[in-house]
Amino acid sequence: MAERTAVSPEHLLFEAPREKHYLIGNEALAEAVKRAGVDVVVVYPITPQSEVSHLCGDLWAGGFIGDYYRGEDELHVMVSAMGAAAGGTRVFTATSGPGTLRGMEAIACWSGYRLPLVCAFMGRGVGTPANIQPDSVELAYLLETGMLIFHAEHAQDLFDMTLQAYAIAEQPEVHVPVAVFVDGFFVTHSRETVELPPDHLVLHPYDPAVAPVPAMDMEAVPVRMARDCLVIKSNFISYDANASWQQEVWAAHQRARKHIDRLMGGLVEAVHPRAEILLVASGSAAAQARAAMEAARAEGLDVGLLKLRSIRPFPEAEIAALTEGAKAILIPEYNLNGWLAREVLSRIDRHSRVFAGPRVFAGMTMAPELILDEIRRLAPARP
Amino acid sequence: MRIDLRMSGLGGQGLVTAANLLGMAAVNDGHCSVVVPFFGAEKRLAPTESYVRISDEKIHERGEVGYPNAIVVFHPDVILQDKCFTMPFYSGFRRGGWLIVNADRPLLSERDAGALADLEARVLYVPASRIAREVAGTELATNMAILGAVVGATGAVTLESLEQAMAQRFGGAKFVASGTTAVLDDVLRRKYAKVKDLVDKNMESIRVALAFVQNGKG
Repeated sequence: MAERTAVSPEHLLFEAPREKHYLIGNEALAEAVKRAGVDVVVVYPITPQSEVSHLCGDLWAGGFIGDYYRGEDELHVMVSAMGAAAGGTRVFTATSGPGTLRGMEAIACWSGYRLPLVCAFMGRGVGTPANIQPDSVELAYLLETGMLIFHAEHAQDLFDMTLQAYAIAEQPEVHVPVAVFVDGFFVTHSRETVELPPDHLVLHPYDPAVAPVPAMDMEAVPVRMARDCLVIKSNFISYDANASWQQEVWAAHQRARKHIDRLMGGLVEAVHPRAEILLVASGSAAAQARAAMEAARAEGLDVGLLKLRSIRPFPEAEIAALTEGAKAILIPEYNLNGWLAREVLSRIDRHSRVFAGPRVFAGMTMAPELILDEIRRLAPARP
Repeated sequence: MRIDLRMSGLGGQGLVTAANLLGMAAVNDGHCSVVVPFFGAEKRLAPTESYVRISDEKIHERGEVGYPNAIVVFHPDVILQDKCFTMPFYSGFRRGGWLIVNADRPLLSERDAGALADLEARVLYVPASRIAREVAGTELATNMAILGAVVGATGAVTLESLEQAMAQRFGGAKFVASGTTAVLDDVLRRKYAKVKDLVDKNMESIRVALAFVQNGKG
């Protein structure tokens, strides 16, 4: 393995020269893992994530990852990732759809243990009828797990957000896990140009000594992982300790905001935010909305886009402010249930402005023309 | 310049590889390109599609190409047995687009032919599988012959960039850079010969199909 140079997140993300590569999303993610200086990768392959499992194995064989193995299923993987992170190492894992649900028992514990591990959730349908195709309903299951959640629009986002995730998660005042969510196939298997910094650069090693929870070792045994006692014995002190601990996880989200602003350019990307019609979207739906917005503007329609980079923390103040002057708000989503529309609707007023759609799901593509049709329908009549 | 291609065929015919090569060639030509494969859990012989968007400007949208200006049919069953994700297979076809079909003879129904005529579609029948067998010695090169037809019909990419993409895909950049075989050891020499043979045969299939289209035989 070539000699590697440890650098700051700022250098890796903003200062290092970048070269263009023509990659699929899964390859872009592996390139991020390579530059993240990950100590431990535990994965179980599942479509459309399998290629990342494979590529991480290649990274381990090349000496870029300290330890790598395949768990026997996703619950095993997520528990193992938890153990490795509790031991003070930098951890990466990834899964998709049913794998997310299978590992959920452990996933929901990560934030409680204040573990800064990063998991890529490569969205696909869940439940029956069986479906391997993209669907962002998977993200709805993650909303209240206590993880920070970033939603990648394309392979470049997937690369950058993965590195940003480590830099943000490992801040001592944050120290919660990060879900980098990306829509399966639409990004994981799509090939596009991605700009990468040199692969001899790697993030500075993780320092567990500054973590708010001591790393687990022979001096800090597992019973101390959660800092305070579990709510097993019924008394006021244990209830209070547990309640404050839960609140502290969500307080950490708010403390993450300034780091998201610094490293990601904010929770929201606003394009023509003063437009009469605003599209609010994340992930691949933001890509389709962006294309629809450009087509609409070419027709002379006043349309803008709010792309949500961060779902947790949710940019509630930003959305409320940016949508204040909008006459119509469209929220296109790649799922049936409209989790994003619910999130937005609970934070803004004058709901009659909102069209909670269009929604496309189960793997179908939301053609920009579909969004464009709705924009035309909602556009104020022109003389 | 903007061209959106929809490739429809059966699992195992190399649609995904063909789409990636086309996209790589477009990038080599200095264009933007996004390539999207589309298939299910089943593999060989199941309907499979690939989508290639090529543009001089940044491309945002992804997923299926719903409104193609080139449709490439890798197998007659796409038309004859509706083995595709879009029904009928030309749904969404933009006016004046290219339809390229891997077949020895016309196979459109009267109704489909009429619908395509109304769309002023330019229809090409290219015996890509036959060219692959005769030129490359294997039907596995069908996708290459089809790429030749796409280049000949649409001019979406240059032949030089496609050849470069072929070397990138099958040999890797290092293979191209270390073309001076004199310094290679025996193992590398054998590998080089094998890859070079593959690239050469693929390129020959592409050139024959391209000539077939350019000579107006499509």
